[in-house]
Amino acid sequence: MGRKANRLSPFNITALALGMAFLYLPIVILVIYSFNDSRLVTVWGGWSLRWYREFFNDRAMLDAAWMSLRVAAVSATIATLLGTLAAVGLVRGERFRGRSLLSGMLYAPLVMPEVISGLSLLLLFVALNAERGFWTVTIAHTTLTMCFVTVVVQSRLASLDRSLEEAAMDLGCDPVQAFLRVTLPLIIPAIAAGWMLAFTLSLDDVVIASFTTGPGSATLPIRIYSEVRLGVKPEINAICTMVIALIAVIIVIASLVSKLSSSEAKSAAPL
Amino acid sequence: MGLADHMTEESPDTGRPNVDVSAAPAEAAADMPLLRIEGVSKTFGSFRAVDRLSLDIGAGEFFALLGPSGCGKTTLLRMLAGFETPDEGRVLLGGRDIAPVLPHERPVNMMFQNYALFPHLNVRDNIAFGLKRAGMPRAAIDTRVAEMVALVKLGGMEKRKPDQLSGGQRQRVALARSLARRPKVLLLDEPLAALDKKLRESTQLELMELQRRLGMTFIIVTHDQEEAMTMANRIGVMDAGRLEQVATPRDLYEAPASRWVAEFVGDVNLFEGEVTSHEHHRLTVATRDGGAIVVAEPRQPVTKSLVSVAIRPEKLKLSRRGPASDAVTSEAINRLEGVVTDVGYLGGSTVYKVKLDSGAVVRSSIANTSRLDRDTYSAGQRVVAWFRPDDCVVLER
Repeated sequence: MGRKANRLSPFNITALALGMAFLYLPIVILVIYSFNDSRLVTVWGGWSLRWYREFFNDRAMLDAAWMSLRVAAVSATIATLLGTLAAVGLVRGERFRGRSLLSGMLYAPLVMPEVISGLSLLLLFVALNAERGFWTVTIAHTTLTMCFVTVVVQSRLASLDRSLEEAAMDLGCDPVQAFLRVTLPLIIPAIAAGWMLAFTLSLDDVVIASFTTGPGSATLPIRIYSEVRLGVKPEINAICTMVIALIAVIIVIASLVSKLSSSEAKSAAPL
Repeated sequence: MGLADHMTEESPDTGRPNVDVSAAPAEAAADMPLLRIEGVSKTFGSFRAVDRLSLDIGAGEFFALLGPSGCGKTTLLRMLAGFETPDEGRVLLGGRDIAPVLPHERPVNMMFQNYALFPHLNVRDNIAFGLKRAGMPRAAIDTRVAEMVALVKLGGMEKRKPDQLSGGQRQRVALARSLARRPKVLLLDEPLAALDKKLRESTQLELMELQRRLGMTFIIVTHDQEEAMTMANRIGVMDAGRLEQVATPRDLYEAPASRWVAEFVGDVNLFEGEVTSHEHHRLTVATRDGGAIVVAEPRQPVTKSLVSVAIRPEKLKLSRRGPASDAVTSEAINRLEGVVTDVGYLGGSTVYKVKLDSGAVVRSSIANTSRLDRDTYSAGQRVVAWFRPDDCVVLER
């Protein structure tokens, strides 16, 4: 009975196929057309790596890609640091007043429309008279991605047995050593997963970046968006395919890491 | 006193039951027990977990804190370990107040209920964890770890991670880890609760042997009275944040200080009544249902007239009715007639529930000393329940 339920019925197969097609057909078409030799996006002209070559000769596009990677790496690192600290504060500092308010406020960016965050950051940077460019985008992306890191790290921390830190203190660690020697090694997978999540979110963002970036420091998504407005070049397909590949790799690594982390969490749990 | 001091100071004399308290002020050490708890209280919100509790524990004792869940025993243990600070009162270890000392600076170690083994470290590193923190040289750590591994019989397991061990093995690692620093006092929080019955019993004996061999002071928290009775040489029974009684297992069972203790530790039959006469070291207690029970005079004079008389089931004997029984039971001053209502066969003994003619229900436990079923009673049979005056305990509260 149970085995039968696990097997896919024809109906289930059809439903699954339709759902997957709905999600992935556009992407598959984009990937296929990135290898198109033709100048026209919609006309098939045979297989070729022509547009990939084109991209690697496109100075402006390469600059934008490099900018995006730098912003993503730096903002993800800062967000991971701050997000982890926030998670530790929220999980470990159980008794302070206003804790639930603070945690609610931390999660607000998860549901806040990006246009609003972007606009408010723009107003802030203008008010501070900050020159818009790499650092403003990086700071904006840090505020966007920090709460995601907090969520990931917080859930891992909450599943850790509090008595592990107490045992470390009992065995001679002061509270800081107890955190560094026992808690940190156990939440590292979650921290790594949080970093990768922040990295992909930053790489992906158009809205906030377009509010907070300045002339001459466009990120890749902004650059692509502005190119597309003048008409889709097959080169864009090639760039998008590479971005998809990069993000796919990161997601696979992140899910492997969090799988590892949850299996270790099980062994950390009491009998 | 730093940790390093305590390690070296303790190392040579672990075989001796008297733990060295030379670090304490000289004048205090003379008549001071190893651990003195003075009027300690702890309140969580509006809940008073520990209520002005005082207790002395001597060096080399195996002391059990026994009580129902929520009685404050774990809170008391956590205050000794330093994870909770008392709201009032003092905790003196070797004459020194340790209330302000942080957990990592106390010469006390704890074995946690869920073991709290570090999942990212193997057995060896778990055991060595506290030694490294104490700044022990590498060679000495290796020696000590090997010693501990041998002590808890975990040879060959050093490289395993906690999730590759069975429950019993994890328990041993936790024990080795908490013993490795040679603490003055080892605190054990329900150390055997996660083990199955057979393993628990053998581990109890091993723990006792270990404690005797190391001459350390063990304080164990448990809700299992059999465990406390088996292992400890003294037991403190706690209820609602207070100590109800501190006594040896035997005294706790045979001379409970209150009704609550009598009912909590083991099984008991209670009769309530009024003291009506007092002569020849015998008290007569008139029970509510109109009967009378003769009991031996307790050591402490009875001050109240309303008392409870407690009699343990195995001291309440049964006989068949009729003249034959009278010859056997010349001591049976207290005779209560009734009908057997339930028979529970437990192997080593049988428990009979007897509904007395007065309406009260009493339990009698009779050892099955013979294979053949002589001297057994069946449900519905009329019997005489009798007991000796010496076997009763008079309780005033």
